[in-house]
Amino acid sequence: TTGTQPLRSCDKVTVHFVNRDGEKITVKGSPGDSLLDVVVNEDLDIDGFGACEGTLACSTCHLIFDEEVYKKLGRISDEEMDMLDLAYGLTDTSRLGCQICLTQSLDGMEVRVPDSVADVRQSKDESA
Amino acid sequence: HHQRDQYHPYLVDIYEQLPVPFGLVRFGVAPDHPEVKNVINTFTQTARHSRCSFYGNVNVGKDVSVEELQQAYHAVVLVTTQTILPGEDLAGVYSAKDFVGWYNGLPSCQELSPDLSCETAVILGQGNVALDVARVLLSPIDILKKTDITHPALEALAESQVRRVLIVGRRGPMQVACTIKELREMVNLPDTRPEMVVADFQGVIDALKDLPRPRKRLTQLLLKTALEIPGEMEQERRNKASRTWGFRFFRSPVKVLADPDHNRTAGIRLAVNRLEGSGEGACAMLTEEVEDVSCGLVISSIGYRSVPIDPSIPFDSHKAIVPNTMGRVQQAAGLYCSGWLKTGPTGVIATTMNNSFDTARSLMEDMDSGVLHISSAKPGSQTIRALLEKRGVKPVTFSNWEKIDSVEVKRGEATGKPREKLLTVEEMLQVART
Ligand SMILES: Cc1cc2nc3c(=O)[nH]c(=O)nc-3n(C[C@H](O)[C@H](O)[C@H](O)COP(=O)(O)OP(=O)(O)OC[C@H]3O[C@@H](n4cnc5c(N)ncnc54)[C@H](O)[C@@H]3O)c2cc1C
Ligand code: FES
Repeated sequence: TTGTQPLRSCDKVTVHFVNRDGEKITVKGSPGDSLLDVVVNEDLDIDGFGACEGTLACSTCHLIFDEEVYKKLGRISDEEMDMLDLAYGLTDTSRLGCQICLTQSLDGMEVRVPDSVADVRQSKDESA
Repeated sequence: HHQRDQYHPYLVDIYEQLPVPFGLVRFGVAPDHPEVKNVINTFTQTARHSRCSFYGNVNVGKDVSVEELQQAYHAVVLVTTQTILPGEDLAGVYSAKDFVGWYNGLPSCQELSPDLSCETAVILGQGNVALDVARVLLSPIDILKKTDITHPALEALAESQVRRVLIVGRRGPMQVACTIKELREMVNLPDTRPEMVVADFQGVIDALKDLPRPRKRLTQLLLKTALEIPGEMEQERRNKASRTWGFRFFRSPVKVLADPDHNRTAGIRLAVNRLEGSGEGACAMLTEEVEDVSCGLVISSIGYRSVPIDPSIPFDSHKAIVPNTMGRVQQAAGLYCSGWLKTGPTGVIATTMNNSFDTARSLMEDMDSGVLHISSAKPGSQTIRALLEKRGVKPVTFSNWEKIDSVEVKRGEATGKPREKLLTVEEMLQVART
């Protein structure tokens, strides 16, 4: 058949979020949506998530991926790396959720919200 | 976020000394960082919550004491930051706090009218605030005029003669306090070129491999900017640039040099430092050597500090914080702290938010465990409002602020800016009460 196909629920991508307290939340998003869109659309209760609304100015959308998933996520820009450098509990498989868009190949992935650890001091506004 | 609706109908009241909310997000964050200010949307949602009230124009410690607040509420969370910096009484020497307050419309800084008639400006300190100031001084006016920078600041910057900005730090390239995003913005700033001292980078390449990722990437970008021979396009860009900026490392300010005839700044004497130790903990040791740099403008961006707002509150004046464990003020039941008052002036909004969530968590834990007695009712804002009325203080509510907000946005529209800020408390109050 030709023409636009109605969006079927199986076109949606399933994402399992693991929140700070270990709670697992399973939601669906449309391909092309960013993980920040998913958190906002599904009204997920993750403290402080997405403070700059996806403009690469905050790092509050930091998420941790499994290694196999991480490899599928595509290139990372210098600007994203710059913001990631400020994230709490940075890992080798960390990305910023606002920069990750859903694709079918990511269906069923698990993403972990990092712990917020007090007392991390990355930048000081003092003379070096 | 921290509420368990059906069980505990907590009320949260916010007292703020200015008629307008958002603190350093409005008065600190640079005008050319509108993305950072997006967080205001989240704050606004919280403030509009039916169980949250905002009382602006209330100076805690003056209009109402912390003790009075404690009597009226089950718990009081202090987040006030006030900052002071030693200044010099010479035309051409300013603290970054005042300079930032001036271009961002902080009412108390509007008299500053900085003298920008010189060619070289020296900024003391190499943190993000120092880079904000450098960027604002050097940005093409066409960029700034689309931001929420104040109209007087925009006019002064359009006339500015500043062509060269030196950003001075006590220690070396591996100890700069700025973050990489801000450095990259400098590197990419249109119509400017970097001007570094190659000798300052001796030995830095060898030390790279042992650095943690954020410091490593920051150092790599510094090295690239200072040492790498640029490609053709970048070379051309640099050749065309009319303004320069550069870091000056291993220097401590000794004194500002005055032009004796005009009582204004003619330069700054810097002591040459030697580094002892390495990495983040390296210490700058003074040598005998000094160096004079000619400049007509000195902006000191060393150390934002909190000051105690009320003598009854414990305060560690060495660290400039309220001593606390996870946000609980020591030896003061029912008293909590958050923000820069809790940690010192360090970190970005994300850091500040996270440490506030920690404080909120501590408060909730104390309610659950019974450390905080919440069984008896407390009058809350009712008594405070009565006290304020008696003292002739008229609070500004959040919907009052929204009137100010819409006036500012409307004024900005006329000139293609996101907002044109009101610059005096009187005008803010007047608009709030229309
Ligand atoms: C120049 C500058 C630029 C910055 N740029 C960025 C950036 O680009 N990105 C980023 O992420 N972070 C930036 N920050 C950091 C960010 O602004 C802070 O992390 C954050 O705003 C600190 O929040 P706070 O609540 O501790 O303090 P504040 O925002 O200062 O809030 C404290 C509030 O208390 C009020 N107050 C003080 N005394 C009293 C009193 N006695 N009674 C009642 N109210 C009182 C003040 O008016 C203020 O509104 C910048 C900071 C500065 C100084
Ligand atoms: S939401 Fe701010 S960086 Fe992603």
